[in-house]
Amino acid sequence: MNKKPTVLLILDIVSIILLGVAAYLALSYAPMEATMGNVQRVFYFHVANAWVGLLGFLAAGVAGIAYLRTGKQKWDIIEVAAVEISLVFFLIAIVLGSIWARPIWNTWWTWEPRLTTAAITELIYLAYFMLRGGIEDPNRRARFSAVYTLVGSVSVPITFMAIRLFRTIHPVVIGTASAQAQGGFNMSSDMKVAFFFSLFSFTVIFIDLFWHRIRLGNLQAKVEELKLNVME
Amino acid sequence: MIEVRKLVKRFGLKTVLRGMDFNVSQGEFVALLGPNGAGKTTFLRILATLSRPSLGVIQIAGYQLPSQASSVRKKLGVVSHMPLLYGDLTAEENLKFFARMYDIENQANRITEVLDLVGLLPRRKDLVRTFSRGMQQRLAIGRAVLHDPEVMLFDEPHTGLDQDACDMLDKVLRDVAARGRTVVMTSHDLGRVEDLATRFDVLNKGRIMATKQKSEMSDGNILTFYKKALAGIDD
Amino acid sequence: MTEKNSGIQAVGRYLKAMFAIAWKDLAAELRSRELLSAMLVFALLVILIFNFSLKLDAKTRTAATSGILWVTFTFAGTLGLNRSMAVEKDRGCLDGLLLAPVDRSSIYFGKVLSNLVFMFIVEAIVLPVYSILYNVNLFNPWLLLVIFLGSVGYIAIGTLLAAMAVQTRTRDVMLPILLFPVVIPVVIAAVEASSGFLQGLALSEVSYWINILFVYDLIFIAIAFMVFDYVVEE
Repeated sequence: MNKKPTVLLILDIVSIILLGVAAYLALSYAPMEATMGNVQRVFYFHVANAWVGLLGFLAAGVAGIAYLRTGKQKWDIIEVAAVEISLVFFLIAIVLGSIWARPIWNTWWTWEPRLTTAAITELIYLAYFMLRGGIEDPNRRARFSAVYTLVGSVSVPITFMAIRLFRTIHPVVIGTASAQAQGGFNMSSDMKVAFFFSLFSFTVIFIDLFWHRIRLGNLQAKVEELKLNVME
Repeated sequence: MIEVRKLVKRFGLKTVLRGMDFNVSQGEFVALLGPNGAGKTTFLRILATLSRPSLGVIQIAGYQLPSQASSVRKKLGVVSHMPLLYGDLTAEENLKFFARMYDIENQANRITEVLDLVGLLPRRKDLVRTFSRGMQQRLAIGRAVLHDPEVMLFDEPHTGLDQDACDMLDKVLRDVAARGRTVVMTSHDLGRVEDLATRFDVLNKGRIMATKQKSEMSDGNILTFYKKALAGIDD
Repeated sequence: MTEKNSGIQAVGRYLKAMFAIAWKDLAAELRSRELLSAMLVFALLVILIFNFSLKLDAKTRTAATSGILWVTFTFAGTLGLNRSMAVEKDRGCLDGLLLAPVDRSSIYFGKVLSNLVFMFIVEAIVLPVYSILYNVNLFNPWLLLVIFLGSVGYIAIGTLLAAMAVQTRTRDVMLPILLFPVVIPVVIAAVEASSGFLQGLALSEVSYWINILFVYDLIFIAIAFMVFDYVVEE
């Protein structure tokens, strides 16, 4: 059994510290926004979480293709880890987004592109785990998962574009706002600090959790192997 | 005709075939014996190109598996214990379908020929779902010989058949084998294969335990041979 | 035999296999008619349920038509896809197909062809019935184009996922769960385009949706073609 590498241990500590600092920056350091008030602070973590979800999504897609090409089990473990993380972080982002949306748009949910696409992605992830749950043979399970990941990775961007043509009221903070967008705002330099620091911290947290989850997956595989050795 | 060296097949972490060696020359009729779970079906599926080996070298009729699998398929005729037939089509339509898939010349004539061979000519326009299991198996053999393959693989073809049906099947098998084809047939019913085979191999726990030519075996000793092979004793 | 000759021959064999599989499915279905009757009855029931569950006046109903139609097609479609694959799986027939000396992808395209025909047949019956029941004119050539493109996209990805779903434990339930989140762009684009044409909009105003359908169809046919091997082989 491998002991937790020192680098990972350091990463754990760094992640926790970064999280703390980011929270301080978001909740205290950054100035209060003029129109929306304190609820706007949710924004710093909301975007960062969505960002991590996106990273996981991309990682899963790459892992899926890698598995199909090489057939090596490690890519399957990486893929599962990526999907799990993406699932959780998108969920947090959606919840935070809801908390933000309520006072601003007076509704818990809107069918706007980013939110809807995130929800659809969550459904794809759930379908992914149901698929895995229904297959005994590990080889087939990995192959089918990889195929579905590929299908999902391609369909989600198309879905996003399709919905975006539909409607847009999501605030465009970075870039030009469309005429219908409400709740957009310009960031002051202090806000920018909080924002980018959040992004950075959560990226580090992503790497930390990803690494842990992959180790867990490897451990699981090892346990299965040992079980079979004992049985024979 | 068939060369297998150090074949390993794993399902996830479970190893079913552990370094099998297996060689068949043209014209041999090998009965592959072994208890349930020995790996006979798995092995036959790999030879049939339906399953990929985890490790090892396989050559059939000069083609390498799995890289040249698509070329090998033309030369293989496979009968498993499932009939692989379409119940809502007639016997004739089933054969017509497979004739197209194998791109056979002179399809109409060949179909009639094969139906006659397996004794199903009078039932050619009947739906397969009305056939008894024995008739389905015979049609399945018809499907397997349609494209005149050099190598035939049978996976426990007598399963679920009564005595009469078995006898009919044996007659067809003899016909099929008589044309100089190479045959590998798995079975756990020793009595059935005794007449048909020219060679007996025993597969157990993922390996070939023993092999013996029929000519080297005296009458009635096949059971002894089998038991000894399972116990790991060299005969 | 020159290279060019064998190339053409190979294509010929490929197409032959594809059409053989499609023919086989259609011939068998013609006999039993189980699949088609199930799809049809289901589709008509869905439309009926919509009639009672959504209290729509004439004007709103016209606006809701494309949505109702596509929901109907989406759900009836899963029935067809499931049945079509179950036939292969149940009697081990898929092995029979895999034993043949043909490219795996021709099995995919053969199945897509027959699934498409089934879907078109159902659509061809549902459209006039809906027209009559609700006094809506659905005989619009552009609408038919949308239905064609939408069905192709749906069946292309549906056939691939059905091939996977049928090999899992929870068979029938698995397909809609896998399919629906991934086929949403088709539904959105098809409904928007259908609505547009029914309202008499010109092609230029609806072209973005047609493009999305087209792109989706191409991309997913290509993907399915590339990965089908992984889904059927062991």
